[in-house]
Amino acid sequence: MSSAPGDLTRRGFLSTAAGVGGTVVLALTLPGFGAGGKRGTSAVGGQMNAWLTIAADNSIIVIVDRSEMGQGVYTALPMLLAEELEISVDTILVVPAPVGDAYVNPGNGGQVTGTSNSVQDAWEKLRTAGAQARTMLIAAAAERWRVDPNACKAQNGSIFGPAGKSLTYGEVAAAAAKMPVPKDVKLKPKERFRIIGKSRLRLDSPSKVDGSAQFGIDVKLPRMLYGALAQSPVLGGKVSALDATVAEAMPGVRKVLVTAGGVVAVADHFWQALQARNALKITWDPGSNAGLDNAAIRALLEKAAQSDPGLSARKDGDAAAALQAAKHSLHAVYELPLLAHATMEPMNCTADVKADGCDLFVGTQVQQLAQVAAAAAAGLDPSRVRVFTTLLGGGFGRRLDVDFIPSAVAASKAIGAPVKLIWTREDDMTHDTYRPPAREELRGGFDAAGRLTAWSLHITSPSITARASPSVTDPFDSVVEYALNCPYAVPNFSLAYTRQEIGIDVGYMRSVSHAPNCFVIESFMDELAHAAGSNPVEFRLSLLKAKPRHTRVLQIAAQRANWGRPLAGRFQGVAFMEGYTTHVAQIAEISVDAGVLTVHKITCVVDCGQMVNPRIVESQIESGIVFGLSAALWGDITIVAGRVQQTNFNSYRVLRGNEMPDLDVHLLESDEAPGGIGEPAVAPVAPAICNAIFAATGKRLRTLPIAGQSLSKT
Amino acid sequence: MMKIRVNNQTVDVDATPDTPLLWVLRDHLAMTGTKFGCGVALCGACTVHLDGVAVRSCVLPLSAVDGKAITTIEGLSAGRSHAVQKAWLEIDVPQCGYCQSGQIMSAAALLSVNPNPSDADIDAAMSGNICRCGTYPRIRRAIHRAAELQRAAAPAGGVAQSVVAHASKGARS
Repeated sequence: MSSAPGDLTRRGFLSTAAGVGGTVVLALTLPGFGAGGKRGTSAVGGQMNAWLTIAADNSIIVIVDRSEMGQGVYTALPMLLAEELEISVDTILVVPAPVGDAYVNPGNGGQVTGTSNSVQDAWEKLRTAGAQARTMLIAAAAERWRVDPNACKAQNGSIFGPAGKSLTYGEVAAAAAKMPVPKDVKLKPKERFRIIGKSRLRLDSPSKVDGSAQFGIDVKLPRMLYGALAQSPVLGGKVSALDATVAEAMPGVRKVLVTAGGVVAVADHFWQALQARNALKITWDPGSNAGLDNAAIRALLEKAAQSDPGLSARKDGDAAAALQAAKHSLHAVYELPLLAHATMEPMNCTADVKADGCDLFVGTQVQQLAQVAAAAAAGLDPSRVRVFTTLLGGGFGRRLDVDFIPSAVAASKAIGAPVKLIWTREDDMTHDTYRPPAREELRGGFDAAGRLTAWSLHITSPSITARASPSVTDPFDSVVEYALNCPYAVPNFSLAYTRQEIGIDVGYMRSVSHAPNCFVIESFMDELAHAAGSNPVEFRLSLLKAKPRHTRVLQIAAQRANWGRPLAGRFQGVAFMEGYTTHVAQIAEISVDAGVLTVHKITCVVDCGQMVNPRIVESQIESGIVFGLSAALWGDITIVAGRVQQTNFNSYRVLRGNEMPDLDVHLLESDEAPGGIGEPAVAPVAPAICNAIFAATGKRLRTLPIAGQSLSKT
Repeated sequence: MMKIRVNNQTVDVDATPDTPLLWVLRDHLAMTGTKFGCGVALCGACTVHLDGVAVRSCVLPLSAVDGKAITTIEGLSAGRSHAVQKAWLEIDVPQCGYCQSGQIMSAAALLSVNPNPSDADIDAAMSGNICRCGTYPRIRRAIHRAAELQRAAAPAGGVAQSVVAHASKGARS
């Protein structure tokens, strides 16, 4: 068994998150969750471990330590625990975890919802927690009855003993919580799963169809005021002079203050705060980005790529020598644009700063970083900041940043009342932590026998990690991760990384390195296949021979999509991705008519190992494809004089329902350990479409987005 | 002070006439099911019904709703009993859920005037509602399913029957 969350974990939990069992639970109970508003109100009960409280009235409270942003953790994680606890999932009340050591995600080095690993992290941890609690409940019941625990069994929220004896979990929870935590518990084998692997309604869905779901933007506290923030139009600029005379005289306006993030107007209602914000007369010091534009960024990356060979990230054999010796070689430069996350819920944060502490209500993917950011802005020790995680109206990595928190905290502190600070869509679009641009240069070489013997990839991009995760010392930034694990067998392979900053903050975006690297690798694979005169599916398969899972998804995708036999007038392109322990193959079927692209269908075959809730997996795959389509077709943040030009959904176009191609999502049964599902399907979309465009037109697209590029036949 | 009619109740609102209905609902009346997404009628997250018609409340000033009946997601049904909400749960449409109030209000308005929408009808009625999570395929299925549920609940008739046959041809599985 893996490291069991035993005594140590429980102690750590109790010391850092003592509030969970009592009033905090009530404050955070989410309407529509669990059994029709049934709440763990009883003071007496038992806190079994960091993830489970059982109240005396038998309410089961599962504390979920990953943020719900659509990917289904508020359902999948409780399902894991319920499987071993022997309860019905329908009886569970979900409560978001506070900041706590027990909730650290070792794969991410913190209490972080990211890298698609929530289920991977919870897979053994929460089943073990459930099994331990079940064992402790049985032990408590057996002790009360003075019988052998082996003569008792747990079923559907009760313990059953000899001679028809039974007790509900709630009745023994207080005693059970004092039982020693069993060191070794045996987890059920897959054949005995009642819950895991079966699709069921998401626990958060009822609240999301009647408007009762509480997102950060919906928080309402007594005496709460609203804030609107003015930020420097030039990224990175600072306030140099402020005239708030007009704004301060407007109805409802309580205060105008300068913060580290800009200028906040605080008013009784948000609309008043926004009007006041818009009436502020601010002189901005534009700082060092006044001359920044896309041409300058492109030139920076190109110059760095040409003057620096890069840090060697991976070296198999000798790619340079093999390229020299190659009978036939290819060279290509690919370029990726900046992208905005554009979550449907714009950034917002509610802070309530008091003399001795701060309560933070926020949709965040990083509870600890949120705590630290709020503490710094409030001038408090982090231990004085309580973080209440709300539902997230989309995350996509944007809420791994905490830049929208300090101004809310500063405003609350200055005015002595809770403040909900809301960014408008324009604020959000023009002050994102953008997906970094990249320049990726490739070379591939074939020997005289036509074998692919050499591959080199040189990635030049700003670092995400240096700013967002400064404690990480690995020089190979998360912008190169996928390329590092490139699955194709090429005997001489080199990957180098040149870090070149561009003066603006860049951040993690869904399918972080996978989307840009996969576009480049899978497009270049297509170039190589055509150069070799090979079928692009067969060409890939020939380089994946030792990898049965890779081979299987690619073969099944080819079968399902009728690879090589598209409908008349249509063309196909293929792309593959293995990442987050998940394998994905996609085949796009498109047509190009008078230079206009139509994406008709995407076939997507996925092997993500064992699934907890297959319907959520399927939804996430659909979701990733839609996210990938928006980015591939239109995603482009452009900068002029340091200012982002896209301000709303008219200038930053995203896919709408009427533009949706047909999808054939096929999930493979597997006994392997669970893989991630939130991000993998994003990556292959752009290369699959671009490879299909090449098949249709002979045009090789080496930049994104597709929009704006000529697709006329060459 | 102004009186408006929301979810069959008349309420007093103390806001200037230019205040968008969205913020009146959210901040003054604590009806936060209606969401702020773009502020300029581009995304549909703020969709409510005004006299039964889907409108974007983020660009609808308070002065424009005088004497009209406003329905929000909170007032669409009791206990999630509207056919659209039932279908949404059956197909488990929501992901992050932020846009879903608006999607549901747009879908309910569509079905109120077109009980048997084709895929093209759905495209036309729903293209103003963005979902960044990409629930579009499920939304389409759920609207077809809601239409079925609505028909099943309505008395059968010759006209309805012929429309059923037509709609089932257009539905995607």
